[in-house]
Amino acid sequence: MNVEKEKIFQRIREGLAMPSPWPGHHGQEHAHPIASAEAVSHWLPLVGGSFEERVGLFASSSEKLRSAFHLLENEAAARAKLAEVAMAEGWTRVAAHGDGTYCGSTHAMVSALGINTLWTDTGYDVREMEKCDAGISECDALVAQTGSVVVTSRSAGGRALSVLPPHHVVLARREQLLADLPDAFALLQRKYAKGYPSFMSFITGPSRTGDIERILVLGAHGPKKLTILCW
Amino acid sequence: MKAGGASPPLLVRKMRVTLFVPCFMNALYPRAGMSIVTVLERLGHTVNFHEDIFCCGQPAFNAGYWDEARKVAGPVVEKLAADTADAIVIGSGSCGAMLKVFYRDLFANTALAAEAVAVGERTWEFSDFLVTKLGVTDVGARFPAKVTFHDGCHGLRELKVKYQPRKLLEHVQGLELVEMRDAETCCGFGGTFSAKFPAISTAMGEMKCATALETEAEYVVSNDSSCLMQIQGLVDRQRKPLKTLHIAEVLARQ
Amino acid sequence: MEGSTTFAQEFKAQAKRVAADLRHRGLIRTALTKYETARDLQKSAFQDWQGARQAAAERKWEAINHLDEHLEAFASRLEERGTKVHWASTAAQAREIFLEILKEKGARSIIKSKAMTAEEIHLNEALEKAGYSVVESDLGEYIVQLRQEAPYHIVFPAMHLTRGEISALFTEKLGSKPTDNPEELTMIAREVLRDKYITADVGITGANFAVAETGMISITENEGNARLTGALPRTMITLLGIEKIIPRLSDLALFLPMLATAGAGQALTGYNSMYAGPRQPGESDGPEEYHVVLIDNGRTHLLADAEQRDALHCIRCGACLNVCPIYRNVGGHTYGTTYSGPIGSVITPHLRGLQEWKHLSQASSLCGACTETCPVKIDLHHHLLQNRRNAVAKKPVWWEKQAFRLFGYLATRPGLMKRLLPFAGFAQYWFHGLVKGGPLDPARAWTQTRDLPAMPPLSFTDLWQAKKREARRAAEAAK
Repeated sequence: MNVEKEKIFQRIREGLAMPSPWPGHHGQEHAHPIASAEAVSHWLPLVGGSFEERVGLFASSSEKLRSAFHLLENEAAARAKLAEVAMAEGWTRVAAHGDGTYCGSTHAMVSALGINTLWTDTGYDVREMEKCDAGISECDALVAQTGSVVVTSRSAGGRALSVLPPHHVVLARREQLLADLPDAFALLQRKYAKGYPSFMSFITGPSRTGDIERILVLGAHGPKKLTILCW
Repeated sequence: MKAGGASPPLLVRKMRVTLFVPCFMNALYPRAGMSIVTVLERLGHTVNFHEDIFCCGQPAFNAGYWDEARKVAGPVVEKLAADTADAIVIGSGSCGAMLKVFYRDLFANTALAAEAVAVGERTWEFSDFLVTKLGVTDVGARFPAKVTFHDGCHGLRELKVKYQPRKLLEHVQGLELVEMRDAETCCGFGGTFSAKFPAISTAMGEMKCATALETEAEYVVSNDSSCLMQIQGLVDRQRKPLKTLHIAEVLARQ
Repeated sequence: MEGSTTFAQEFKAQAKRVAADLRHRGLIRTALTKYETARDLQKSAFQDWQGARQAAAERKWEAINHLDEHLEAFASRLEERGTKVHWASTAAQAREIFLEILKEKGARSIIKSKAMTAEEIHLNEALEKAGYSVVESDLGEYIVQLRQEAPYHIVFPAMHLTRGEISALFTEKLGSKPTDNPEELTMIAREVLRDKYITADVGITGANFAVAETGMISITENEGNARLTGALPRTMITLLGIEKIIPRLSDLALFLPMLATAGAGQALTGYNSMYAGPRQPGESDGPEEYHVVLIDNGRTHLLADAEQRDALHCIRCGACLNVCPIYRNVGGHTYGTTYSGPIGSVITPHLRGLQEWKHLSQASSLCGACTETCPVKIDLHHHLLQNRRNAVAKKPVWWEKQAFRLFGYLATRPGLMKRLLPFAGFAQYWFHGLVKGGPLDPARAWTQTRDLPAMPPLSFTDLWQAKKREARRAAEAAK
């Protein structure tokens, strides 16, 4: 038994002997239970109910964030778009993973680029990844409310694939578009309650900093570019 | 009824109002205090004033000397608790906050606990009294000038006084109200803070004066004379022509 | 006490210097105006910002007032999945734990992401003294580390510097070409730090939240440096205060956007990441070993103060700093503490000593802008009042006490006041002009920079009594 832990808990228990006032009500007693997770949606920014409204919101958020969002007809169109981006950006080496939910499709799409590819599935040399022009990954969800991409170490090829290379490309499906943050966390809980990945992340736009005179600069350490293909 | 007179308060009966005058208003800004009397009497209400209570106790309270504060505030609570007036009115956000919000804390667990809370509940800041309690927004005032309003922090944040003074100024004949940038930012007075940390107080005041001067208003109006003392003190030192007035003084003009 | 005057005197001297610095005033004003615009826009996007504040406050109340339960759950969940959880009562113990881990792992190169708690325990100094080199990866922290100074603001460490100053700094320390362009400056730092990420064998992070239900820590950032710190090194260590607990994973849906909105005027920051342990079987990367160091360092002392316990709800967003007119004028370094601004003024007396640090609670006009803006509804400005009261209760300042007693004597004798006031007016009229603003002026604190109003010859009481006399006379005459 950890001695220090015991001492800390002892102090906590003693400290909590006196009750503290319920927040926001000067002097009044705690009268009602904590509102549920669903209620959170009522305070956060409004999100429409239809796919059109949600994808429209995601698109406009992406624009503000400087993420490049492309909504495509089908997988063939997505494959073409990916090839177009690869050409425009002049990629000579990319990193990707083939062990996600849509593994077959992802593997095929990336292979079709015909570019030297580092597959992260069974581990990789980070110096090799550092030479890659782009990291291509799947995701767990897109969040309309904030323009975010949800990834985990299990579904997006590890922790570094989506943050080390200077360009992160996300391959997403329409059904992965969720309304808001409460929905996103609910999804993560449903999907992974039996055993969470060691890493989950909400990616909202390319890497940025305002540390110099509060002026926005992209690509501080993480990717300078974020491209999201959704079909 | 005089020409340009006040809108008759049809729905409100004649009230008996006790005016509590903060110590610095009594000593330094008596005209502002008398203006409150003028306005209330013009509206047909009776005003009373207790000559034997002088200070709400805020200076000692803010400095942490609560025993000393209670010595000063105790007689105030006792006097006002025994007073049967319909309302207690104070022409100051900070002094008003003392009675309405802080007396509860100051007198908690003392013999005067219940009276202190009761006094607070019957106390009104002047502009809040007119607009919220009496339902009056036009007091028949006339003051042709360009004016900007400074929100005293206690009135704004402790007493939620924001729209009331503006509503009243809107109905003053000939008055042009312009909002200054950062109207809600503290002027830097803060009571003894202004003397304990004069450098910081001055810097805050300079920023307030700058935003006030930007509006090109002739007057800065507030519901707290202490704020006005700070602003006027800096403006005078800077030899700028800006003047300050308590809102009661504006409303008393005809 | 020798020590107490030093901190308070230093504060006053620094405050005086910085408050008069118009260049600083302008720079901070520009930075904070940008923040305000973004924040107001983001707040208005919320359907119910005030409702969200109340909900956030309630969840933090739940977390802190059942801290032992939630901390136990948090630690157990982490340990179940292979994380080593350490407990430190003091800063010294925490530093010791770090040194032990580093020694055991034979650490050679350490990369660190932003952690105010690490500032609090002076971790970098201790590691450097033991021979380790620690590189700050957050751009703002990296800049102040190069300048060998403390962060200026808990969220924007380099807020006080211009691009010109940063360029000069980089030229001096890194040998880079001078440039006026913030993008180029950022790229210089990015280049330098790239290699450090890849070669570091230990990554140290802080945490914004600790989720009890699922045993995760959550890190909020914009740059991606924390993600890299938590992805590449073989050993990852997270340091956090015990008060960072929130009960459920779903609570993050509320706290993450509120932190981003209040802290930076963003809907969400660039990366919000949850860490549940070291690399799991089947995962392709991640640290082999994960350590979480939980620290008390005075937090249980604050917990025991039921009146001010809500100060532990703080999510370190920095909003109170941004709106505080004192902070804007004296700047972050003047406070001389890890946590500055209103929250720092409230908690530092509890963490470091009331009598030595009460001056921070006194240096406030109690305007309440902090309380109004706090996303978790901490009663900040009232706590400053309570600190003042507590300090006096334990140790009143003799001459202040006498002054308030004298004032009390006079204030409860209005008849006496009435007779004395004219003397004040007389003295002011005839003598004040001679000493005004100089060393003999009793009102010097005011008159150095401001004019005093001329004392009117008649007080309100005088005018009131005159009015009554007039009314009586009129009533007599009417009879």
